[in-house]
Amino acid sequence: MIEDELLPAESWLTRIGRWLLPAGLIALMLLAWEIWVRVRDTPRWYLPAPSAIWRALIDHWGSIRSDAWVTLQEVLVGFGAAVLVAVPVAIAIERFTIVERALYPIVVATQAIPLVALAPLLLIWFGHGIMPKVVMVALISFFPIVVSLVDGLRSADRETLDLLRTMGASGWQRFKLVQVPSALPSFFSGAKIGMAIAVIGAVIGESAGSRAGLGHAISLASASLKTDLVFACVLVLAVMAIGLFALIALIERLAMPWRAWVVE
Amino acid sequence: MTALPPEDVSRGPIVTNDSPLLTVDGVSATFVEQRHRLPVLRDIAFGLQRNEFVSLIGPSGSGKTTLLDIIAGLWTPDSGQILLDGIPTTAAERLGTSAYMHQRDLLLPWRNALDNAVLGLEVQGVAKSRARAIARERFPAFGLQGFEDRYPAQLSGGMRQRVAFLRTMLSGQELLLLDEPFGALDAMTRATSQNWLQELLAELPRSALLVTHDVEEAIFLSDRILVLSARPGPVQYIETIDTPRPRSRGFLASPEFLAMRSRLLGELGLIDEPVPS
Repeated sequence: MIEDELLPAESWLTRIGRWLLPAGLIALMLLAWEIWVRVRDTPRWYLPAPSAIWRALIDHWGSIRSDAWVTLQEVLVGFGAAVLVAVPVAIAIERFTIVERALYPIVVATQAIPLVALAPLLLIWFGHGIMPKVVMVALISFFPIVVSLVDGLRSADRETLDLLRTMGASGWQRFKLVQVPSALPSFFSGAKIGMAIAVIGAVIGESAGSRAGLGHAISLASASLKTDLVFACVLVLAVMAIGLFALIALIERLAMPWRAWVVE
Repeated sequence: MTALPPEDVSRGPIVTNDSPLLTVDGVSATFVEQRHRLPVLRDIAFGLQRNEFVSLIGPSGSGKTTLLDIIAGLWTPDSGQILLDGIPTTAAERLGTSAYMHQRDLLLPWRNALDNAVLGLEVQGVAKSRARAIARERFPAFGLQGFEDRYPAQLSGGMRQRVAFLRTMLSGQELLLLDEPFGALDAMTRATSQNWLQELLAELPRSALLVTHDVEEAIFLSDRILVLSARPGPVQYIETIDTPRPRSRGFLASPEFLAMRSRLLGELGLIDEPVPS
């Protein structure tokens, strides 16, 4: 009974190759940018060179770090709240037709509201602290998580669910043994999208009015034409967003070890 | 009828009374699809004795799978009834009284082979560690030793089907409902799997109702074959095979096999005139 081994992992060489290509492209673009700015002698407030941005990042590291920490807290608390609310709402929408009919149109309709327009309102209700930003993050990342989780719970294989019924499985057993695991891939797709836009939500909230955070730092720096500092803050935001995305992807892989062998 | 406790898996069913294990009594069923009523079964009646192997053959759309679904308890027929041990049952009562196996193995991709095999036991409330121990013992007999920790995606089609068979047998149910379990396998694997199933049933006797399109498979495995007609109607023809099971592959070349084969193909309208015997 010897079967061919299926190799799930790609070799380390192709892995490095996958990183090398975009990294090389970015390096090349940075180099072109640097040369362009130096040759044309572009004013610093208009377009700073990558080296100047790097220097601004080092010089202002203390304040950037504490601003980044504030933004990170807003994103994590807001995203966590979105997940905590989205999971029971999605389960209720999937399980009970009446909840679906009542709630789903509302959930979809909230997507039509430009959440940016809500930012001043949140300031009035929740003040200038971390709270309005957390609410903004939660509102903006809620939708993709709910919708993808509902889809995921519905994607469970009909025949498999029927098989469990013939085994005498209860509704709860079918939910736990089949529907929840079936929903995981879709749930994580939604969580990754939610996390990516959560960072945007935090910056929008901060720009509307705040005393700290990277969004606040960007507003201040651009008002005084410290363009290199603006870029430095954007760079930190990008790294944060990528890092959070990668964190979800890592949890996804740990939660679904079988996916490594499933050929899409 | 209740599930046998798992420790009885190797001992086989215990006969409790003289009624057939399963009686299908005048069952009719209709599909309703977009306001069209499509009759699929009409007045089907037969019995299945303990440890008997019965095959249902018939053209596509003759309602064979629907009949298995009804017996498993997924549907209530429009008329007629299903009796277990001579006692009329409702669909809800039949859930959890048979072991159903499909053409698709329906393994859970997120569970390894061992945990897929214990699914039926787990649903019945057997503790996972005990269920695993019971299943682990059976892995060698199913040609799966050493593959306990593999995910379905890491197994070949034949192996996946054997895991599904193991899951079916471990559920401890007396009644097996087999819906083209070999249909998705290639010819070689199919022949091996048929031999293997036959030996398995000699060791662990069960009552089985097999749906198949394959006349030779039906003759090779069955005690009786019921032919369903293309249009919904009562069982069209019954073939009884007296050769004791398990049978050798050589049985497939015997004159009585060939005679039965041409009779059945004739009944199915696949050859114009039955070959004279």
